[in-house]
Parts: sequence; C-alpha cells; structure tokens
Amino acid sequence: MDILTLFVVIPVLTITGILFVKDIKQVRIVAAIGMGIQLILAAVLVFMYLSARKAGVNDEMLFIKDYLWFKSLNIHYAIGVDGISVAMIALTSIVVFAGIFASWEVEFLTKEFFISLILLATGVFGFFISIDLFTMFLFYELAVIPMYLLIGIWGSGPKEYSAMKLTLMLMGGSALILLGLLGIYFNSAPDGGQFTFNILEISKITIPVSAQRLFFPLTFIGFGILGALFPFHTWSPDGHASAPTAVSMLHAGVLMKLGGYGAFRVAIFLMPEAASELNWIFIILTSISVVYGAFGAIVQKDLKYINAYSSVSHCGLVLFAVLMMNQTALNGAVIQMISHGLMTALFFALIGMIYGRTHTRIINEMGGLMKIIPFLSVAYVIAGLASLGLPGLSGFVAEMTIFVGAFQHTDTFHRVVTIVAVSSIVITAVYILRVVAILLLGPVKDEHHAHLTDAKWYEKVSVITLIGSVAGIGLAPFWLSTMIGKSLQPIVNKILAAGLF
Amino acid sequence: MSSSNFLIMRHELLLTAVALIILIAEIFADPKKKHSIISFTLILFGVITAAGFLPSPEGSMFGGMYNSTAGKLLMKNILNVGVLIILIQSADWLRKDENADKIHEYFILLISTVIGMNFMISSGHFLMFYIGLELATIPIAALAAYDRYKNQSAEAGIKLIMISAFSSGILLYGLSMIYGTTGTLYFNEVADLFQNNNLQVLGFIFFFTGMAFKLSIVPFHLWTADVYEGAPINVTSYLSVISKGAAAFIFIIILFTVFPVITETWQKAIYVTAILTMTIGNLFAIRQQNLKRFLAFSSISQAGYLLLGFIGGNQLGMASVIYYILVYIFSNLGAFGVVLVISNATNKENINDYNGLYQTNPGLSLIMTLALFSLAGIPPVAGFFGKFFLFAAAAEKGFYILVLIAVLNTIISLYYYLLIVKAMFLTRSETPIEKVNSGFYTKLGLGLCVAGIFVIGFASILFEIIRNISYGI
Repeated sequence: MDILTLFVVIPVLTITGILFVKDIKQVRIVAAIGMGIQLILAAVLVFMYLSARKAGVNDEMLFIKDYLWFKSLNIHYAIGVDGISVAMIALTSIVVFAGIFASWEVEFLTKEFFISLILLATGVFGFFISIDLFTMFLFYELAVIPMYLLIGIWGSGPKEYSAMKLTLMLMGGSALILLGLLGIYFNSAPDGGQFTFNILEISKITIPVSAQRLFFPLTFIGFGILGALFPFHTWSPDGHASAPTAVSMLHAGVLMKLGGYGAFRVAIFLMPEAASELNWIFIILTSISVVYGAFGAIVQKDLKYINAYSSVSHCGLVLFAVLMMNQTALNGAVIQMISHGLMTALFFALIGMIYGRTHTRIINEMGGLMKIIPFLSVAYVIAGLASLGLPGLSGFVAEMTIFVGAFQHTDTFHRVVTIVAVSSIVITAVYILRVVAILLLGPVKDEHHAHLTDAKWYEKVSVITLIGSVAGIGLAPFWLSTMIGKSLQPIVNKILAAGLF
Repeated sequence: MSSSNFLIMRHELLLTAVALIILIAEIFADPKKKHSIISFTLILFGVITAAGFLPSPEGSMFGGMYNSTAGKLLMKNILNVGVLIILIQSADWLRKDENADKIHEYFILLISTVIGMNFMISSGHFLMFYIGLELATIPIAALAAYDRYKNQSAEAGIKLIMISAFSSGILLYGLSMIYGTTGTLYFNEVADLFQNNNLQVLGFIFFFTGMAFKLSIVPFHLWTADVYEGAPINVTSYLSVISKGAAAFIFIIILFTVFPVITETWQKAIYVTAILTMTIGNLFAIRQQNLKRFLAFSSISQAGYLLLGFIGGNQLGMASVIYYILVYIFSNLGAFGVVLVISNATNKENINDYNGLYQTNPGLSLIMTLALFSLAGIPPVAGFFGKFFLFAAAAEKGFYILVLIAVLNTIISLYYYLLIVKAMFLTRSETPIEKVNSGFYTKLGLGLCVAGIFVIGFASILFEIIRNISYGI
C-alpha cells in the first residue's frame, strides 16, 4: 500500500479499533495511538518529500497513484501530493493529535465522540491527498457531515441551532462546488476526447472562458463558504462557539483550510482567466472579511466568539492572498493557512481548558489567571502574540509575505484594498491585548477561581505540540516556504500563461 | 410457439408459478401452522430472484407485443431484489395474530402486482403496457386496504383505486389520440409515424399526465401522502419503492424509444415538473410529523431528482436512473424498515416519538441515520453516487440551472432528514421508546439494506454493468 492511502486507512483502522474496545480509557488510548501513528507518518511523508525533491525529482506531484474507479465517467481514485498538500497534511496530523489529548476528559458517549472526530479527520486527510476532483469532493463532504453530530451532541450553548446552521451552510457550499465540478468536468475536453476529473490533466488545457465565467464564481463561493467568506461567514462564530474543544480546534484549524486550499487548487488553478476577470468582486468581499472579522472580535465578550471572529479575519486573509494571484502572496496564503491552523487550534484548546476549570467563557467574569494557572496563561499569551503577528512566531511570517505580495500590484485598487487589509493587524492587536489584560492580569475577580489546578499531563501534551510547531515555523520559515514555493511554480506559471499581470 | 420461447418470459412465468403455489399451499396448510407459509414463500421468492440473474435469451413474443432485452431483464431483477427485501421485512408483521388468516392474500396480491410490472416493462405495445399497468395497480389498492377494519387503511385503498382509475382514464385518452393519428399502438411503429403535430402532442401530454400520477409528480401528487399514511407500512414502502421504480422504468423506456421525435417538448415538460416536484416535495416534508407522511413527501422529492436523469435523453441518464432506483430501493427500505420495526413494537409513528432513540436502540438509530444520509446524498453511502450521476446526466446536456435548483433542494432535504437524526441523537428524552427486540427476518431485511447502502456506491462495477446494458432497450 502506498504511503498516501495509509493516511486514510489508519484513521479507518483506528475507528474500527475504537468500535471493539470497551471502556473509556481504552478508547482514549486507541485514539491517541492511532493519531500518534498518523503524526509519525506525516513526519515520514515530509522527510520523504524533501529527500525526493533534493534528489531532483521535478514532477508537479509526487507519490502519484491512480486507480480507475468508474470507467464510463473516467472517475479515478487518484492521489498525489505537492509541497502544499504535504504541509497541510502535516498541519492536520498535528492538530488532530493535539485534539485527541484536548478531549481527554470527554465522558459522555466517549466512543461515539472519538469515532466522529476521527471520521472527520479521515475526510480532511483524504481531501488533501486527492488529485481527482470526484474523490476530493467525496472526502470534502465526508469531513463536513460528522460536524453535525459533534456539535449537536457534545456542544454547549445553542448547540442544536448552531449545528444545523453550520451543516446546512457548509453543505450549501458543497452544493455549489458540486455544480462547479460538473461544469469543469464537462468542459475538460474542449477539443474533443475524454472528459476528466484529474486536476493535473485539466490544468494542461484551458477551459473555455465563457464556461469559466459561470463556474469560477460557483466554485470559489462554494469553497469560500468554508473559508468564511463574507457574507457567508455567519456559520462560523455560532458553530465554533457551540462546538466542543477538539472540534473547534479541528474545524477552525483544519476544516476552514479546506476552503482556502480548494479555492486556489480548484477555482484559481483550473480557471485562471475567469479568476483574473472576476477577482475584484471577491477581493472586496475578502477585505471586508478581514476587517469586519477583526472588528467583530473586539466587541465580543465570550472567549470562543472572540476567537471565532478572529478566525473569520485570518481565513479571510488566506482568501485575500489567494486572489492576489502572484507567487509571493500565494506563498503567504499557504503559510497563513498553516500558521493560523496551529495558532487557532492552540487558542481553542486553551479556551477549552480554561472553560473546563472556570466554567465560564465570559472574559469579564475572570481575571488574574496568570497567578493561578501560569502554564495555561503563558501559553495563551504565546498564542495571542502569534495571532497578532509578533516576529519569531508563525503569524508574522505569513502576514508579512501576504502583504508584500499584495503590494506588488501597482494599481490603485490593489493598493487600497491592501492598505485596508493591513489595518486588521492593528485591530488584531487591540482585541488580543485586551483579552490578555482582562483575563490574565490584574486581581483575581472570582474567589472560586483561586484554587484552580494548572494543566494536567495530557493537556500539556496538546499545548506543547502546538506551541512547538508555531515557534518552529516562526523561527525557521525557510524550509517551509521553499517546500511551498516550488510547488506553487506550476500554479503561478498557469496564471502567467493565461496572460495576466 | 416453441418451449424455448417460454424462457424469454421466464420472470413472469416464475412469478405466476409462485403465486399459484402459495394459493395451493394455503389450501393444504395446517390451519394452526399458517406461519410456515411465510418462510416457505420467502425461500421460494429468494430462489426465483436468484434464478432471474441466470443468463436469458433476448427476443420478442406475441408478434412484438412482448419484448425481452438485457436491459429489461436488469430492471426486473432490480425490482425482484426490492420485493424480496420487502417480503423479508414484512415477515414479522405478518406473524401478528390479526394477520393470521390473510397471510397468503398478502403474498398473492403483492406477487401479482410484480407480474404486472414485469409485463409492463417488457411491453412493446401500448395495450400490453396498459394491461401490465392495471395489473400492477389494482391489487395494490387491495393491499393498501389490508387493515380493512382501520378507517384510514380502507380510505387509502379507496383513494388509491379512484386515483388509479382516473389517471388510467387520462392515459387511455391520450393513447386514443395517438392511435387515431398513427393508426397503430406498437411502440416501434408509433415512433416511426410520430410527426409532432398538435393532436399527437396533445395525446402525448395526456399520456405524460397519466404517468405523472403513477410516479406522483407534482402537481399530480396529492394522493400520495394520504395513501402512504393510511396503508400498512410495508405496503407504503412497496408503493414508494417498487411501484415508483417500475413506473419510472417504463416511463423512461417509452420517452426514449417512442417519443424521440418530440424530445424538446417532453424536455420542457420534465424541466418544469422536476423543479416543482423537488421543491414542493421538500417544502411539504419539512412540516410533517408523521413519519409515513414524511417519507411520502421525501419520496415525492426523490422522484423529482429522478427526472434529472430523464431530461438529457442520453445514455448516462438512462443508466443513472436505473442505478438511482437501485440505490433508492435500499435506502428507502432501510428507512421504512426501521419505521416498521418500531411501529410494530410500539405503534408509534411520529418524529417526536423518536426522541432519544439512540439511548435505547443504538442499532436502529444508526441504520435509520445511514438510510437518511443515503437519501440525502451524503458520502460515502450509495445515495451520494446515485445523486451525483443523476446530476451529471443533466449537466452533460447543459441543464446547469436545473442542476443548481436540484443541489439547492438537496440542502432543504438535508435539513429535514437531519431533524430525524436530531430527534434520535441530540434530543434527550425521559421516556424514549423502549428497547425493541427484532426477530431474525427483520434483522436480515435491515442487514441487507445496510449492506446495499454501503456496497452499491463503492462497487463501481455495478454502475458499469448497468450502463453497458441499459442502452440496449
């Protein structure tokens, strides 16, 4: 079996394992072992990928495997990775691993919880390894649907409402994607011949521009809904706030990245002509996302809502960068996806741990936590600093690259939107520092909080894994950007070949 | 007529034989052991279902009134499999005391409708088609009134017979116009002589309307919910799956082979009715509390999706319709199977009654969820593949707006399917339905559905087989 298929097989085996064990402890251990193997496998994949590149393999995608599935429609189970997908797979395995430890204390229907969580992860892994649009879409929907149960059963607050809203909006997005994919498929052989779902094959031809004008917006909005594109972001605050910790982590950390990844791998890469014609509409929308999300975060009182709005802002930045369609900005987009994925997962993990102790998420009801639970508080500050783009942490590298890339466009429109988007950095600093000040510093507001215990071992595993990765990218971003940069080359070439910019 | 010719009619003859054997067995059966007839019939039907898959000669009989091709055999086999599952699922219900003295009636009536459907599918002449259609409909009305002491059941039977008579009348009126203008009722001759003049198109529209009643396509769907609610659950599932499937099979055959000349006309008709059927079926389903009515409206909207396979008039469309019906048989029977089990044990049929079902009946809840996800078209279950191919068939011919409306409709449908999932998993209940113990046959029936829901999608070979032989019709 090839290494990429293992990324789908191991979660499935883990689920099967969980089905057969009896008590809660065993469930946790099986889940942790399964996802631990997945993490090691991801490290092996990164290593294999880098050494293959070093050996001078210059194919667009590596480790390609292709099995014919539905012959008459030319549907394949086709997998392969480039630097971008390898990075996303690594991100996913880190977040899932941390998520398992962050949900160590789930006691209600534990088995079902871990099964749904890992099923979701299966979908995400499958999505990133696919290079066939059909399998990609299949895994995409597979990743979305367990969310309903995860939020609906184990969530908090208005969970049934949030779960339904999130599921319907995301499935609405996937409905548009489905139509877009069919459109791409039936235009994938303009000179006759067989239609195909294979991304690499479609990228070699030019889809008729009239068709692109129809299907680019559909596909982009479809993926954009998952990437919290304004005005389709409204599922995000409710969904994240109601979801249990690990689900928020996975959802904001990884699932929202499916949107950004799909937007450039499918929408931009396959239909660059229409993208360059129509991207001004979406650039305006994403700029609104970026600024609106940041402002939204300022006025929230609930920790999870703050972070959910901050995710809208940061994921908006991913889409914003994708639409800039040049090498630097795309590079930034991918680093931002990774960086935000780790950072927001860290945030949600910490929020979950704090909530588990104080039983409130309203910032004004807490204070002085730094004295009581120093480990979690320090971790929170680190996450905050990464989020506001402090040099040395991952957020800085990502945002810097994006804005430099965006500023490379010399026309007024791009300059203006870039300046608008840059202003979000300042706003981000406001809401992050405000929370840190109220939550962590100052006197202890609630005497019940005075005797809280600091992080347990499994919580530390979760937090340290994530902080390590955030700092790793921040301190040594070059290997990551080289890995991504090379893989972006074919995409950029395709955009250039379309005669743009 | 030589004896080898009879092999061409193998399906019909075997079914007739089974019906007669049951009739005779009933006479000789020990009155105290009437139940044994159930197992006996199931085995018999299982054998002829398996026999249906044996290779069979193609050919025509009765001067072209009856045709048999590989594609038609496939359709009959699909129907047989569906009927087998329904028979298995109804075994435990038939064991109830109140049904003790009419077990054989159930089987005979049901099997005679299957015979009718088989003749209908194989027909090469409108008269044969009509006879098959009536044979497929009238016994169903008797079955709908099976619980004849229940007002609702009797009402369902009467409604069904009235509406069938009415739609048959409309259909025959249309056929009379076609006969008047072409002078023949043979499918192939009508296809040659059809010229797209106004009277012929009018005749076609009457024919279309008659079929729309049978398929319960909006605006001819009003009988569906009442009949589905009143009839016993296994009859309802039979109506929604087998009757609908057979009607869809013959409808698509006739549209593709008899009326290719006026393709543009029927595409318009299907375009409009597909949108109405999906949307209205879905919107009405949201408001339903009774699960049978709920599934009735859901099946109306499913018929709407099915029309997307019709509209292209292409090979992919034909294949995707047959494939979707196969998927739909397993998915819908899974859902009806669970409703049947719970209704049998507790007489509860409302969505509210399912609150907290996962606490007490995790297995049934999971089967129901799988079936609903398959109906909604969520991967990795079979419904996803079925819907994908239907949409692809319409997209191939450029009906993108129709596909857009259809995909948006799947979101509406997902909403109400999730309402049931919500009741079972999310809502906590003080008094959930108690643990239901189901017998061997129920487990077997549900197990078959689950296996089908999982396997049909991934096993691409099934779709390829269907596609390769479906266009020979």
